[in-house]
Amino acid sequence: MSIKKLSKIQPQSFEFSKDNLQKAEEEIKKYPKDRKASAVMALLYLAQNQNDNWIPLAGIKYVANLLGIPYIQVYEVTTFYSMFNLSPVGKYFVQVCTTTPCMLRGAKKIVDVCKKHISKNQNELSENKTCSWVEVECLGACANAPMMQINQDYFEDLDENKTEEIVQSLLKGKLPAPGSARNRKSTAPEKERKTLLQGKNA
Amino acid sequence: MPKITVNNKEIIFEEGMTVLQACELAGAEIPRFCYHERLSIAGNCRMCLVELEKSSKPIASCAMPATEGMKIKTNTPFVEKARKGVMEFLLANHPLDCPVCDQGGECDLQDQSLFYGMDNSRYTENKRQVKEKYMGPLIKTVMTRCIHCTRCVRFATEVAGIPELGAIGRGEDMEITTYLEKSMESELSANVIDLCPVGALTSKPYAFEARPWDLKKTETIDVMDAVGSNIRVDTYGREVKRVLPRVNEDINEEWISDKTRYSCDGLSKQRLDTPYIRENGKLIKASWNQASNLLISKLKTFDPKQIGGLVGDLADLEMIYSFKSFFEKCIGSSYIESRRDRIYLNPQERINYIFNSSINGIEEADFILLVGTNPRLEATILNARIRKAYVKNGVKIYSIGDPGDLTYPYKNIGSSTSVIKNIVSDSHEISGKIKKSKKPLVIIGESALYSQAGQYVFETLKSFLVEKNFIREDWNALNVLSQQASRVGAIDLGVFLISGDDNFNFFNMLDNDDFKFLYLLGADNISFDKKDKFVVYQGSHGDKGAEIADIILPGAAYTEKNGLFVNLEGKLQNAYKASYPPGDAREDWLIFKDLANLMKKKIGYQNAQQLRKLIKDEIEKKNKKRRY
Amino acid sequence: MLKDEDRIFKNLYNDLGWDIDSAINRGDWIHTKDLISKGKEWIIKEIKDSELRGRGGAGFPTGLKLSFAPKNVSTRPHYLVINADESEPGTCKDRDILRFEAQKLIEGCLITSYAIGAHTCYIYIRGEYVREGQRLQEAITQAYNKKFIGKNACDSGWDLDIHIHYGAGAYICGEETALLESLEGKKGLPRLKPPFPALVGLYGCPTIVNNVETIAVVPTILKRGAKWFASLGKPKNTGTKIFCISGDVNSPCNVEEEMGIPLKDLIEKHGGGVIGGWNNLQAVIPGGSSMPLLPKSICETITMDFDSLIKAKSGLGTAGVVVINKDHDIIKCIARIAKFYKHESCGQCTPCREGCGWMWRMLERMADGEGTHKEIDLLYDVTKQIEGHTICAFGEGSAWPVQGLIRHFRKEIEKRSHEEPLVKKKSNIPYLIDQHILEKDNA
Repeated sequence: MSIKKLSKIQPQSFEFSKDNLQKAEEEIKKYPKDRKASAVMALLYLAQNQNDNWIPLAGIKYVANLLGIPYIQVYEVTTFYSMFNLSPVGKYFVQVCTTTPCMLRGAKKIVDVCKKHISKNQNELSENKTCSWVEVECLGACANAPMMQINQDYFEDLDENKTEEIVQSLLKGKLPAPGSARNRKSTAPEKERKTLLQGKNA
Repeated sequence: MPKITVNNKEIIFEEGMTVLQACELAGAEIPRFCYHERLSIAGNCRMCLVELEKSSKPIASCAMPATEGMKIKTNTPFVEKARKGVMEFLLANHPLDCPVCDQGGECDLQDQSLFYGMDNSRYTENKRQVKEKYMGPLIKTVMTRCIHCTRCVRFATEVAGIPELGAIGRGEDMEITTYLEKSMESELSANVIDLCPVGALTSKPYAFEARPWDLKKTETIDVMDAVGSNIRVDTYGREVKRVLPRVNEDINEEWISDKTRYSCDGLSKQRLDTPYIRENGKLIKASWNQASNLLISKLKTFDPKQIGGLVGDLADLEMIYSFKSFFEKCIGSSYIESRRDRIYLNPQERINYIFNSSINGIEEADFILLVGTNPRLEATILNARIRKAYVKNGVKIYSIGDPGDLTYPYKNIGSSTSVIKNIVSDSHEISGKIKKSKKPLVIIGESALYSQAGQYVFETLKSFLVEKNFIREDWNALNVLSQQASRVGAIDLGVFLISGDDNFNFFNMLDNDDFKFLYLLGADNISFDKKDKFVVYQGSHGDKGAEIADIILPGAAYTEKNGLFVNLEGKLQNAYKASYPPGDAREDWLIFKDLANLMKKKIGYQNAQQLRKLIKDEIEKKNKKRRY
Repeated sequence: MLKDEDRIFKNLYNDLGWDIDSAINRGDWIHTKDLISKGKEWIIKEIKDSELRGRGGAGFPTGLKLSFAPKNVSTRPHYLVINADESEPGTCKDRDILRFEAQKLIEGCLITSYAIGAHTCYIYIRGEYVREGQRLQEAITQAYNKKFIGKNACDSGWDLDIHIHYGAGAYICGEETALLESLEGKKGLPRLKPPFPALVGLYGCPTIVNNVETIAVVPTILKRGAKWFASLGKPKNTGTKIFCISGDVNSPCNVEEEMGIPLKDLIEKHGGGVIGGWNNLQAVIPGGSSMPLLPKSICETITMDFDSLIKAKSGLGTAGVVVINKDHDIIKCIARIAKFYKHESCGQCTPCREGCGWMWRMLERMADGEGTHKEIDLLYDVTKQIEGHTICAFGEGSAWPVQGLIRHFRKEIEKRSHEEPLVKKKSNIPYLIDQHILEKDNA
């Protein structure tokens, strides 16, 4: 994973909204008193959500000061974990899984759709500045491959046409309903289901 | 005692040792990059793999605790193959730029690849290129060479106590950097250069200056503070190229401060290389004969009572002793002083002005009270020890006075003398804590001893410690933190002027304009009204002292002569000559010997051996006087 | 085929409702107090007798692991940590448990925490599972409201708090010590072992780390008896297991089956068969991406349990079955897995940091037909140099799939390589001589 690029445009300051500050305090309470640092990831998520899905440098400093840990430690954490964004992403952030199980079921076509309709390259904003997409590693929904994640929701059992529909809808500013594109029931086999039949018929 | 078998040789090891340490004990050398005795164990370079009986995988010996009955092999083909594999990976992305790398010749990777490297590379992919990182004016980075051993990160966090280095990113793209490439703030920062096993972190001022095999190495003593760090001075010709630390477990372990390391560049600047005489308000070059004759003739024009001498911060014992003998035997004056900063001194016994607990003792302490001192600036290495004690034993630290960030947490309990009054009258919160502790440590800094109040601070604290029986044969809690390399030695040799209650007799005389002739022996940091005084300055650098002088005699700097130093603990150490004084400059004790000869007076010694013996006897005498 | 009544996860497909009342209807939280009142020794013994092996990939006996926790709690508290950082490609079983069978997990947490003396339990869930985490949090809140957990949980006299901790996209945090580092707010770098987490774990305290599925089956084992669980599957490979079938099958799915089920049955019966028919099968990755693949010939007969797969030089891992048919390029598939490992290597220790990228680059070239014959041996050497030389099992995980490829598909790579070796036979004379080896021989 290459080093994340820092955004050139950085807000001057950052601090949690009242709401988020309260949430942060609740997160900190989960851990022993002298182990505040444990909450760093939870707080970074809060910062990321508050700041349009990316963490500004001021946010890193803010979180570090709040927890009383060195800046470099928070910086290390933000660069180590792939889910923290250090530069702006689209309002609709599309993550396409391309690891082998999804690849076998046609993840490349999904990527092609993103390339065609959102932007030519990963991590670039679409023309109307609302979307960006990125290839990611296994998202843990292999029985529903191929799939992608948009913001917090999984879109599963995709194909080319369905993906195009979803992406078009995103570009128009509307997040479609998440879940299986074929209305499949969770990870149950679609054809010839042989187990838990009592439940199925219940 | 537990036993372990290394290469079929059974040895006894100490409980708590790692396999690597046990192997070394058995004489089996283990290659390593990330492992370092004084840092936490990372176990990430994987170079120290050894074979453990009944284990299908080789084990990392640096991280594995040795246990009774282990059977280790370090010289089998299995081990060699494993290490070669690791070495191939290390070299895969390491640039082949040894000819232009400053680490060349003293590079761990170079050395070990001689044994475990292949002679060709099977890696045909493009090599990784990493952007340089700015780490300040002292540390030069070539991060493409980094092998990610994280020694530097661990040093900054653990020893220096300023977590400013980190590894960002992950996998093969991991990079070592400071937060947003700020320069390192630690005063121990340049030690990462020594720690770096490759050429990723090198010394910026030393960049492309010399090759290690071209340098002459001299093991000597540092004089930038009173700690007396053990150093190695590397010279090329007469130029000092760099200063490196030398291991001394009792003093600096293997660290030195950045000041110690980089002050050597001053050895080639502003040097006094010939005598000067002031004529018509202007300093002009002169020969030794002219200067000496003028000095002697001037001396004759003054009453000895009008002649005073002041010893500077960097003077060695030879210099101080010969200066004293010159004053006493040739001039007939005893008005000499070494405490240019007017700090209180009780010369009755030696324990009154040294660091009695010793630097090693800090690690045993269970309570530390800092009185008017900032050890981080005044004795960096000693501060690192206090931090070590804090990390290792969690010792509680209190401070009277606010020294700012000391790299470890401490409690500031005020900054007035009334705090001391409360402590000794058992009415302060820490009074009980001192009493309860077994090995307390009170460190009195020079700012607490300054001028008249110093007497109160020192004597009150001392009698408190005596009363609580903390000044004993086995533990002496009283510590004075000197800042000057010459201080303890000068006092040992009796270079101070105290008359009765007047602790600052010399300075009172100076202020009263009693001196008409002032001899400054490398003393620069002193302010006084010159008026019509005749000033002689003898020293190595043209600074404040030389500026006001009427005669300048060029002396040798600390790397240019053999000398004795007493550090703040009262330890006598030898400094060795690494280079030669520039131009006509001479070793200082020789100057006094020759002046005495010119004056046809006997100074008491003819050569260095005789002089040394006199000094050592004197120090011995002082040492014996200790009483409990 | 396993009878429906012997399936532990009756709501695997959310037919019956995930909420706590539905869960109670299915038998969760019944007799929990009684189970706890039988004591720690009984619980651990029962789990030992059931021969339950960890479901997270390594297959370590769970009862034994629980018994590693110090018997008495000293000044350092004990912790139970649930590993829900499911990131192994091909695996998506824990997700369903978190979504649909969360009460089983929570009940398992209570019983296990009691058995190891823990009052705090952290569930480390991968950051991408936002919705699953929210669902789990609801389930935890419901359990708190019913007083099943919290102070005096289930009226048993035992206090237990359960907290969710989100990861943030790092496969390595599924390694238990990396997970603990991450939980402490640091980068997820695996720790050196020994000391093992059971003695020095989270915050330096005794900690037991277990997979979601492992803990979720514990209540059922205790309720139905160790004997029942041990009677399923094969000796030492007992019980049931959720298999995730993905890739080139007609009907990819998650299914709970008996351990030791033949792979062919699993694919044909539950997965709806290979796309293009059984004869179109090229290879199967039987246990998540880090397990070596099996060619069709082995797939015909192999049974899905820890020991038989180890015999076939592969492993059950997380039981994520990835089916690859002949329509796909097998080298590309493994190259993609190598890319995954290159992306996810934490970078702490040398062999994995430098080796993963090297393997990936070579495989990409080989897939494009730009490799050479010599490079196949080099690739194999590289995998061997990584394997067993790293701090954690990631080294093996990245090396094994490549070794599997070379073992079973060497011909395929050779066929595609553009360059035939000039000298076909290996000569015995090393053309490069290491000076110091010679010296050693002479000495």
